[in-house]
Amino acid sequence: MKVTSIKSGLSALFFAALLAGCSSNPVVDEQPSSTDIEDTSVQTGQVDTSEIEDVAVEAVTADTIFYFDFDKALLKPESRAALLEHSAMLQSNPRNVRLEGHADERGTREYNMALGERRAQAVKEFLVLQGVSPSLIEVISYGEERAAAYGSNEDAWGLNRRVELK
Amino acid sequence: MGQKIFALLFLLLFSSASYSELVIRVTQGNDKPTRIAIAPIDQTGIQTGEDISRIVEADLQRSGLFETIERRDMLAFPGRAQDVYYRDWRLLGTEYLVAGQLRSVGGGRYQLEFSLLNVPAQKTELTHKVSGTMTQLRDLAHLVSDKVYQEITGIRGAFSTRLAYVTAIRKNNKYTYRLNVADADGAREKLVLESGEPIMSPSWSGNGKELAYVSFETGRPAIFRQNLVTAERQQLTNFTGLNGAPSWSPDGTQMALVLSKDGNPEIYLLDLQSNKFSRMTRHFAIDTEPTWMPDGKSLLFTSDRGGTPQIYKLNIATKATERLTFTGNYNARPSLAPDGRTLAMVHRQTDTFHIASFDLKTGRMIELTETRLDESPTVAPNGAMLIYATKQGDRGVLAAVSLDAGVRYVLPSSIGDVREPAWSPFLR
Repeated sequence: MKVTSIKSGLSALFFAALLAGCSSNPVVDEQPSSTDIEDTSVQTGQVDTSEIEDVAVEAVTADTIFYFDFDKALLKPESRAALLEHSAMLQSNPRNVRLEGHADERGTREYNMALGERRAQAVKEFLVLQGVSPSLIEVISYGEERAAAYGSNEDAWGLNRRVELK
Repeated sequence: MGQKIFALLFLLLFSSASYSELVIRVTQGNDKPTRIAIAPIDQTGIQTGEDISRIVEADLQRSGLFETIERRDMLAFPGRAQDVYYRDWRLLGTEYLVAGQLRSVGGGRYQLEFSLLNVPAQKTELTHKVSGTMTQLRDLAHLVSDKVYQEITGIRGAFSTRLAYVTAIRKNNKYTYRLNVADADGAREKLVLESGEPIMSPSWSGNGKELAYVSFETGRPAIFRQNLVTAERQQLTNFTGLNGAPSWSPDGTQMALVLSKDGNPEIYLLDLQSNKFSRMTRHFAIDTEPTWMPDGKSLLFTSDRGGTPQIYKLNIATKATERLTFTGNYNARPSLAPDGRTLAMVHRQTDTFHIASFDLKTGRMIELTETRLDESPTVAPNGAMLIYATKQGDRGVLAAVSLDAGVRYVLPSSIGDVREPAWSPFLR
């Protein structure tokens, strides 16, 4: 609250100075201060709350997207930490999850459907080995039908070979 | 001046009509094409937006086997064989001439009588009468192309066939998927199914009246069949895991498809009368993309059981499998030509995905395409051309190539990604 009043005070001063600079008529000096206060108080209020929410979300969520090499369904070492976190959460707090497997655009579409399923199965197997009940996990493949990144290049392909935990 | 305005008007009409449809450009043709003149059809007193001669011309050009005579070079526009002065056409180096006339025969029907003339021999090769309604004038034109093509090349024409394909349009990070059917020249595109979820793998029934396809509309992949006339549809599968790659048997009684309900993708047959499934493959590898041999006794499919995706043959009675391809590190999505001997497939020698043809007798593999990320080959029912999906820039388009690789053209579309073409069987 204190911050707000200081800020609005500052901007009132700023606007007054601005107007004073622009206008050659000293009579209007009094007018802007009242309207300024309304504007700034609304703005600062909005900024404060959204910042607090962002921090809270990032702090408790592990990665939900896991990436793979071309034509491979082997989990990468860097996926391990996040998957361990998910398996702990799913055991202490069981809920139904969906593992969506995806492939890049290279190769044929039905083969890529099979490849996307293989990747999602690999993630499921890891979670089940850690103790998560298999009945909580649904596996579905989208093959190359739902790209996350667009373009026919290595960067886009790398982002598209993935499993999303939902 | 009048001609110029007409040309401009035609261009405007043409470009607005082509906005949502495929347009064909021949990028490479045959070395020694046959010179043929399609005289403007005499259609005195009949108001129509269709130019039958232009449709026939475009059909024959697209085959790559013909070179058509420009209309402005023609000295006369004969409508009947008896009105032809052969000398006029010999001067233009014309080998063949098509002349015809369209007449109203009452009851809303129109008759097109046309002749194919051999100019050097000065004789009429054939004369036919075909008839239909005003909305069937494009069909009449394609019938003319079929007859002319068959008479000159000895191969049945496939201009009266259709294409099914999927388009995906992305707007504000949301996709709209459409399954369409159009004439083989890309005209008269019709919507079969629209969904916010993926649509895949269209497959024609042997009689050309139905399509099978994969739709994710239930939140999971499922196989459907749909009648193209009544739009009546039926969900055929609803298993856990993959439900994909439907392929109708030549006699229409069964469907080969892929299910992963057993833990990994296996090929099954679905008896469409009894609704019973029978398992064909039993392997921990990926088995997918089944297609039928013309005798209905064996299937070709893709499997990575040897370490890389390759084409295998499966005997339905004995379930014995045999590996067919050994050249290249990726061979998939087999599509058989009607001769039962030439197999088109997605092929990667080292890095790039191309379409290749593979001779089942000699084992010879030939790369047919020079584009990139080529997939989903589908061979015309007369075996002359195949259509496949490729990329132009970042956009999916359809392209065609003859099975001898001599003729190529691209079918660009104005909106979205075009993919997964499926060429219909002969429809009449």
